[in-house]
Amino acid sequence: MNPAFLTQFLQGSKKGLPLMIGYIPIAIAFGVLARQADLPMLPTLLMSLMVYAGASQFMAVNMIAAGTAGVEIIIATFILNLRHLIMSLSLMNALRHIPKSWKSFLSFGITDETFAVASLEASQDRSRMHHFYVLGLFAAAYGSWVIGTFIGAALYQLIPASISDSMAIALYAMFIGLLVPAVQKSWRFGLIAAVSILLCTVFHQFLSSGWSIVLATIFGSMAGIFVYKEEEA
Amino acid sequence: MNTTHLILVVVGMGIVTFLPRLFPVFILEKLSLPPLVERWLKSIPYAALGALIFPGILTIDPSNPWIGVTGGIVACVLALLRLPILAVIAGSILTAWLANAWF
Repeated sequence: MNPAFLTQFLQGSKKGLPLMIGYIPIAIAFGVLARQADLPMLPTLLMSLMVYAGASQFMAVNMIAAGTAGVEIIIATFILNLRHLIMSLSLMNALRHIPKSWKSFLSFGITDETFAVASLEASQDRSRMHHFYVLGLFAAAYGSWVIGTFIGAALYQLIPASISDSMAIALYAMFIGLLVPAVQKSWRFGLIAAVSILLCTVFHQFLSSGWSIVLATIFGSMAGIFVYKEEEA
Repeated sequence: MNTTHLILVVVGMGIVTFLPRLFPVFILEKLSLPPLVERWLKSIPYAALGALIFPGILTIDPSNPWIGVTGGIVACVLALLRLPILAVIAGSILTAWLANAWF
């Protein structure tokens, strides 16, 4: 590999370290729960390899354990993961300079968390993000999700599913650690986030947390139409 | 469900999850966006962060929202002090763990 590409890849994967810390315990818990629900090793691993979306994977295991038919699981997964459309729209717009074939490939790696890390990196770094940088970041997250799942699925008789309980705050802390420095740079980002928090709290009274997050993201970011300024980004 | 059936379900889940991730690559290719939409898309990460943090953080221990609140406040303080993100994460894990033992 071109050494400059390798440097980009390694820098990206270093940025992925907080994602790895957050993902590994949750992935282990997923592996344990899936095997406890009598999912064989292969479908358990394949789910992390092919779906790669935490909340929907836990939901699918619950539904399988409850004896739900396959089509319902696929429809529920589609609805739950539709939020990535909004995230991908925003991130891929920020990565317009990257070749289309690369963007198509990288889009597989978009999760709530990789989206948050990559977007803030893209908006705060003046230079354009290299596709090998994004690849390194996404590969670190994906690799830890798959490896964590394997550990959990292989050792499910030894590891309690509660392993992730005390680590559950890790991804929230990561989100806070991304948002706070942005707000310190410009109050405008804080205002957008505050509007979204308010909306999410209101929606959450009536809707599932998944839908609340989607709608709060869509409508909360509309505040940005009025306050967003390029020069401060 | 037997293993083959399960694998088919997983493949189906994989396809319907990938399509929404992929679709924007192709729509954006065809569009040049007006500044208003551009500002909206650039604001999405901050709105997403807000919505992902709260109220979800209250549910990390469903029986005790204060664990999430305490861990979240510590994360905010550490981030305001401009500590690296790994220190922010470590600090809030430690706090949540202590809060769990305490409350």
